[in-house]
Amino acid sequence: MIRLENVYKTYPDGTEAVKDLNLEISKGEFCVFLGPSGCGKTTSMKMINRLISLTSGKIYVDDKDIMSFNPNELRRNIGYAIQNIGLFPHLTVWENIATVPMLKKWSKQKQLDRAEELLELVGMDPSVFMYRYPSELSGGQQQRVGVARSLGADPDILLMDEPFGAIDPITRSKLQDEFLKIQAKIKKTIAFVTHDIEEAIKMGDKIALMKAGRLVQYDDPATLLTYPKDEFVRNFVGADRVLKGLRLYKAKDVMKEPPVTVKIDEDPARVKKRMEESNTKWSMVTDEKDRFIGWIASDDIKGSKSIKEIYKPPTVTAGPDTPLNEALSMMINSTIGTLAILDEDGKMLGVLSFDIIRDMLGQEESEQQKETKASGEKS
Amino acid sequence: MRRYVILFTLLVLFVGVTIWMTAIQQVGMFKMFPPGKVVRETIKHLQIVGAAEAIAIGIGVPVGFIATRRAMRFVSPVLVGIANVGQTVPTLAFIGIAGAVLGMGYRAAVVALFIYAMLPIIRNTYAGINSVDPAVKEAAQGMGMSRAQVTWRVELPLARPVIIAGIRTSTVVNVGTAAVAGMIGAGGLGELIVTGIAVRVTQLTVQGAAPTAALAIILDSLLGEVENVLTPRGLKVMKEKQWQQ
Amino acid sequence: MWQEAWQYFLKNTDKILKWTVQHIYIIIVANVCAVIIGVTVGIFISGKGRERIAEMVIYFASIMMTIPSLALYGILMGILASLSLPSIGFLPVVIALTLYGLLPIIRNTYTAIREVDPDMIEAGRGMGMGETQILLKIKLPLAVPVIMAGMRQAIVMNIGIAAIGSYIGAGGLGQPIFRGIANYRTDLIAVGAVCVSLLAIIVDVVMGRLEWLTTPKGVRIRLRRKS
Ligand SMILES: Nc1ncnc2c1ncn2[C@@H]1O[C@H](COP(=O)(O)OP(=O)(O)O)[C@@H](O)[C@H]1O
Ligand SMILES: [Mg+2]
Repeated sequence: MIRLENVYKTYPDGTEAVKDLNLEISKGEFCVFLGPSGCGKTTSMKMINRLISLTSGKIYVDDKDIMSFNPNELRRNIGYAIQNIGLFPHLTVWENIATVPMLKKWSKQKQLDRAEELLELVGMDPSVFMYRYPSELSGGQQQRVGVARSLGADPDILLMDEPFGAIDPITRSKLQDEFLKIQAKIKKTIAFVTHDIEEAIKMGDKIALMKAGRLVQYDDPATLLTYPKDEFVRNFVGADRVLKGLRLYKAKDVMKEPPVTVKIDEDPARVKKRMEESNTKWSMVTDEKDRFIGWIASDDIKGSKSIKEIYKPPTVTAGPDTPLNEALSMMINSTIGTLAILDEDGKMLGVLSFDIIRDMLGQEESEQQKETKASGEKS
Repeated sequence: MRRYVILFTLLVLFVGVTIWMTAIQQVGMFKMFPPGKVVRETIKHLQIVGAAEAIAIGIGVPVGFIATRRAMRFVSPVLVGIANVGQTVPTLAFIGIAGAVLGMGYRAAVVALFIYAMLPIIRNTYAGINSVDPAVKEAAQGMGMSRAQVTWRVELPLARPVIIAGIRTSTVVNVGTAAVAGMIGAGGLGELIVTGIAVRVTQLTVQGAAPTAALAIILDSLLGEVENVLTPRGLKVMKEKQWQQ
Repeated sequence: MWQEAWQYFLKNTDKILKWTVQHIYIIIVANVCAVIIGVTVGIFISGKGRERIAEMVIYFASIMMTIPSLALYGILMGILASLSLPSIGFLPVVIALTLYGLLPIIRNTYTAIREVDPDMIEAGRGMGMGETQILLKIKLPLAVPVIMAGMRQAIVMNIGIAAIGSYIGAGGLGQPIFRGIANYRTDLIAVGAVCVSLLAIIVDVVMGRLEWLTTPKGVRIRLRRKS
């Protein structure tokens, strides 16, 4: 747990980088410091491990004042990863990862084991990478080693300053996904700095939005998107905040039962009739084992052609955990406008369509209106 | 491989010429230097260079390092400026002034040599430590290394090749400066060369010049090897990569 | 000592001027030779498929650099004497200075040409330039400041080596220093040492300026941004 109380930072040159910051990050929570460049995110974060001294105020880690620790001891118990990575070029990958264990004087064998374990955790093959040097890694791999290194001595708290900032968008997105999976396993208390709203929404349990050294809003991503506190927040999250909000939902949260499903060996004429009755243009086709294999259009059912001959294999499908924003863009790209949600075995779980998403957003909207009305009446 | 061929050929040449010249024994009315003298002066030469270099390293590396500390940020540009200008000052001027101030002889030579040798060491130490990526230092500190640990585990290993390159340059220059110091009566191989020039017997000059050249080449390659051995492997890999690009 | 040196300087300005001119003259002759030879060799070894030769040439030149000046003078005297050429005076000194000047110039010419952005060369080729035009219009202009840097290094170093050359009778600002050493005249030593040092420092500054002026304008802006 991390708690900041009335924290101020004024640099020697007079810059007031952080003003009256109050904030609590609960145990196991992923907190993102978000805001435009220069708003004081890095400063706030570095005060936690005392890389930057506080001008006034208190910071507590697990209810202990950080000033009561020796700064080096404090830092050895807080993981630290930065945008420029800062891997030690003269040390091998494993030596880099084992830096803090080494500082804590673990035995060599324990250090090696830990490095191996962490390499595996970040998805790199230890037998390939343990003895490489940083300059022999790609940017994305260096970043992974940076993350592994910050986890070196299994600290409860992680500080990460734009750790995925310096890599290409595709790799970044992959690393974000992987890191979320890792976090689900290790449940660290994380302070994560970014200026990228998309990243904040994707990664954070909570977002601390800052402006010119002050905390403007501290909420979970959905609340931040739906109830921006003021004009600054509204502008910062952007006019497409509804679309951004879709990221917070998963396909399984909103998908519906398909109205009509068709077995591959069914009689085409009966299928046509059923589809006309329920007024559906496309229905899903499943094989003998109930696995989804494609779509069939009622217009295509003519004469004696069997379903097998006329169904169309799907262009895209999604899983239950696909975020809605991705699902929506898949739907826009597909010809059908309906998306099949499948489990790992290819069994059908449900469907998503534009109508379903619109309905869901409509509900959100009306709930929001109700609430704002209610709060308006109260005041 | 071919490098070693060139190196070896030159060494054989210079050492061979030295032996040849010593074997002549007599040119006209002049006796050549006896072998014992050549060996003695070679050792003396090494002594002068070694003494000056040892003091230069002992003072130059710490000074260069301290100059990189934040507290020194107003002093260090002046220091580095002096080191740079000092290096453009010709060696003969250094030797001459040292001889004039301290009296001609061994002592003046070592003082002049050590001051002159210190300049590239200060400069390279300063540049080497300053060139360490700030992100690397920040990461080290952020993971809980103490100041001393950041210095010993990160800054010095990364700056080491550059520091040794400075030591190498200064040693090689020193071999030459020590020869010039023969003119102010410091002894060493310079004395043989100077004598030869003074009496206009080129054989005598060559008898001193050839071993001096050999000495410089040997020390240069030796220190080149040291530099190579003490460069962390990770840095070598990095350099190779940069070359390939 | 300094006071006496100042007196000497005032009384013998003409002599000192003569030594300075001699000194500069030697430097100019040697460095013109070094530039002509060095740039030619540098261009030659930067050609395609000559990497091996290049490595050899540069390595050889760098070994030459490690040979102390007094030793090189001695060796050259031996060689010149056996060829019945004048073994003292102007000739051995100019030869030695040329040799010492070669490495920085060859190396800088070579690396500058090799490091020209291949995209630029490709663009040149794409616009229909021949190899000679690419060399003259793209490679050399971009290499000039780097070659200048090499020359600066060579010249400043050679000022010091030429001073030692006074000992084998080439004249120049080493003369008062040697006379001073021989006769225990500290004033002479001081005058010579100060003058030759000033010459080296001034030339270094001037050459630095020249290096900047010969840098193509576009590259200058880029360098500024970098620093
Ligand atoms: N060492 C420093 N000295 C003076 N001002 C600084 C220093 N570091 C940061 N600042 C200033 O403090 C403010 C906040 O900086 P920072 O915390 O790095 O912002 P962010 O990480 O949000 O981009 C900026 O105005 C920055 O210029
Ligand atoms: Mg920042």
